[in-house]
Amino acid sequence: MVGRIHLKNGRVIDPANGIDQILDVLIEDGKISAVVQPDTLPEQPDGIVYDLQGKWVVPGLIDMHVHLREPGQEYKETIATGTRAAAAGGFTAVACMPNTKPVNDNQTVTVFIIAKAAEAGFARVYPVGAISSGSTGEHLAEFGELRQAGAVGVTDDGLPVGNSQLMRRALEYAGDHDLLVISHAEELSLSQSGAMNDGPLATRLGLRGIPHVAEEIMVYRDLALAEFTGRPIHIAHVSTRESLALIRRAKKKGVAVTAETAPHYFTLTEKAVDGYNTLAKMNPPLRTEADVAAILEALRDGTLDAIATDHAPHGELDKDMEFDLAANGIIGLETAVPLTLRLVRENRLDARRMVELLSVNPARILGVVGGTLSVGVPADIAVIDPEKKFVFTAESILSKSRNSPFLGWEMQGKAVLTIMDGKITWRQEGDFSS
Amino acid sequence: MDPEYRFSHKHVLGLADLSSEDIQAVLQTAESFKEISARSIKKVPTLRGKTIINFFFEPSTRTRLSFEVAAKRMSADTFNISNSGSSTVKGETLIDTARNLAAMNPDCIILRHPRSGAARLLADHVDVSVINAGDGTHEHPSQGLLDLMTVRQAKGEIAGLKIAIIGDIAHSRVAHSNIIGFSKMGASVTVCGPATLIPPGIEALGAQVSRSVMEAVDGADVIMALRIQKERQQDPLFPSLREYAKFFGVSQKVVDAAKPEVIIMHPGPINRGVELDPKLADGRRSVILEQVTNGVAVRMALIYLIMGGD
Ligand SMILES: [Zn+2]
Repeated sequence: MVGRIHLKNGRVIDPANGIDQILDVLIEDGKISAVVQPDTLPEQPDGIVYDLQGKWVVPGLIDMHVHLREPGQEYKETIATGTRAAAAGGFTAVACMPNTKPVNDNQTVTVFIIAKAAEAGFARVYPVGAISSGSTGEHLAEFGELRQAGAVGVTDDGLPVGNSQLMRRALEYAGDHDLLVISHAEELSLSQSGAMNDGPLATRLGLRGIPHVAEEIMVYRDLALAEFTGRPIHIAHVSTRESLALIRRAKKKGVAVTAETAPHYFTLTEKAVDGYNTLAKMNPPLRTEADVAAILEALRDGTLDAIATDHAPHGELDKDMEFDLAANGIIGLETAVPLTLRLVRENRLDARRMVELLSVNPARILGVVGGTLSVGVPADIAVIDPEKKFVFTAESILSKSRNSPFLGWEMQGKAVLTIMDGKITWRQEGDFSS
Repeated sequence: MDPEYRFSHKHVLGLADLSSEDIQAVLQTAESFKEISARSIKKVPTLRGKTIINFFFEPSTRTRLSFEVAAKRMSADTFNISNSGSSTVKGETLIDTARNLAAMNPDCIILRHPRSGAARLLADHVDVSVINAGDGTHEHPSQGLLDLMTVRQAKGEIAGLKIAIIGDIAHSRVAHSNIIGFSKMGASVTVCGPATLIPPGIEALGAQVSRSVMEAVDGADVIMALRIQKERQQDPLFPSLREYAKFFGVSQKVVDAAKPEVIIMHPGPINRGVELDPKLADGRRSVILEQVTNGVAVRMALIYLIMGGD
């Protein structure tokens, strides 16, 4: 057990305290004990010292949308492998979606997840319970017990709540238990069994399309219900221009809405599926250039509050098949930092905003610890080397699954050291400390 | 054609992958093979000792038979595998079965499959030539080629013709291959059908979209009616076959609006009285049976060219 870690000369980016400068951070007994000018701390006889010149020291990243697959589909991912991948990606906490087998619609599953996560020790795991029991869209799950067991929110993610009355009741009842309601916005009668974005490319490939309105109609409904009930709502994995316009307008009206998108939605377009590439198959599907441009704008102007990965591990057999039968989703924990840093390098986002999107805001939205480097808080810290170049290969992946459309990409920027609760959960091999 | 030209494709997955020169080569080869089917002994030893597997995941007696006849006329050994129903649900079935088939060292696998992209998937996973005999709503290249051959026979030249395709464009791989093939060969293609059956971006394949049948066939050299699948009424795409026939069926009145020497085509099987007036299907302008005859010749040509014949 390491008692003291001294992070020297890093660029400390801590938007919560308005800090962006070269500083030293000292960690003692699991907490941040000092954030001070370089060379002002006395040499410590014990503990670890890292010289982090050229690196960023930021609050530990928080991914508010991941699928850890345990219980039920451990061949895809386990809580241990998923959180290890999270740590390698710079994340100190993740919120995991309830579409496990069985569905996390009761305290037993929630308690199991938390226990497994503690045993693994790689990241804080915040279970998100189901809105409806079994996520069948019929009856409300037991929100009170889910909250007591440690759940932070509810969603039927993977599936929309089709019944508007049930969604209204979920918003009302979640308020009693201080749970965030997360919307997977999809009008199923429009998306049907679509396999990719609706449009000319889908026509050419002969694949059934999912029109963007399938998302937008449900975003509109859930915003209307949030306004009507006066309860906050969080819109998951936003992928379309018009969804963002609706969210922007609702925010202006004062509706308590927050929203996330995923790195693939600002990095790729539907073109990635050409040639029937099942590694680019996801739901919502990859969209068009115009949607990507709208997402970049929304990341800047605050319409989007968070970047989440929607980390969705699948086995090879789930992807290696006919396109429309293949499973939806890609892994994302180990590529979020480099893909977001691309935007920073291209001046589409500044570093401070990146930290807000990946840490400060997710902590605030979920109401959990983290998102700051204030003295006295638990030491959840990510050290990012914004220059480090690497090729993202299947062999380098720590997640149990390899389903990424970014395999073979040359990336720049990486988490080289991750500290959760004062413990090192990830350390890049080789001498990153200059 | 360039004397240096060689058909250099290992697979035929769609007309999108073939150049106009490739298409010319297939049509020319097919013309030369057509005569074999007219002989009293309809068999040549060209592909003796070669093995062809007809791998049909979707029932299609016509296409399967046409490929089989084509292979047999060139003395290849053919094996039929059909796999309809429950075992197609899991995708690994396709790859696993294909790998097993490939292990038997066939020279060519002909695949019909209900999923778009299945032929490509197969080609990516086995080291055997693959001919796409129809994949989902993507392409049906041999059908497109036999339609090109039929039109060329009737009209002498494809470039400059106006082709009207009427019906379910959205779910028709035949329409896809025809739009691509005819426009590559210099014809203009106009499609028409209920808006619910016209997919977004069909123009990108080379078609013009017309909102009225009369306008679509105005000045047309070729009218192609497509099969309306009765089960599509589950998804609300059109209210009834009766109304469809009234507004989009190819009738005498429709034919009268086209050029006097217009020919009528249909990929079959026909819903008589729905997309096509039965009298027209059997009438003097119909080339529907020639399509079937040419189908054998085109498939002979494809199999031959893919196996490296020249
Ligand atoms: Zn979702």
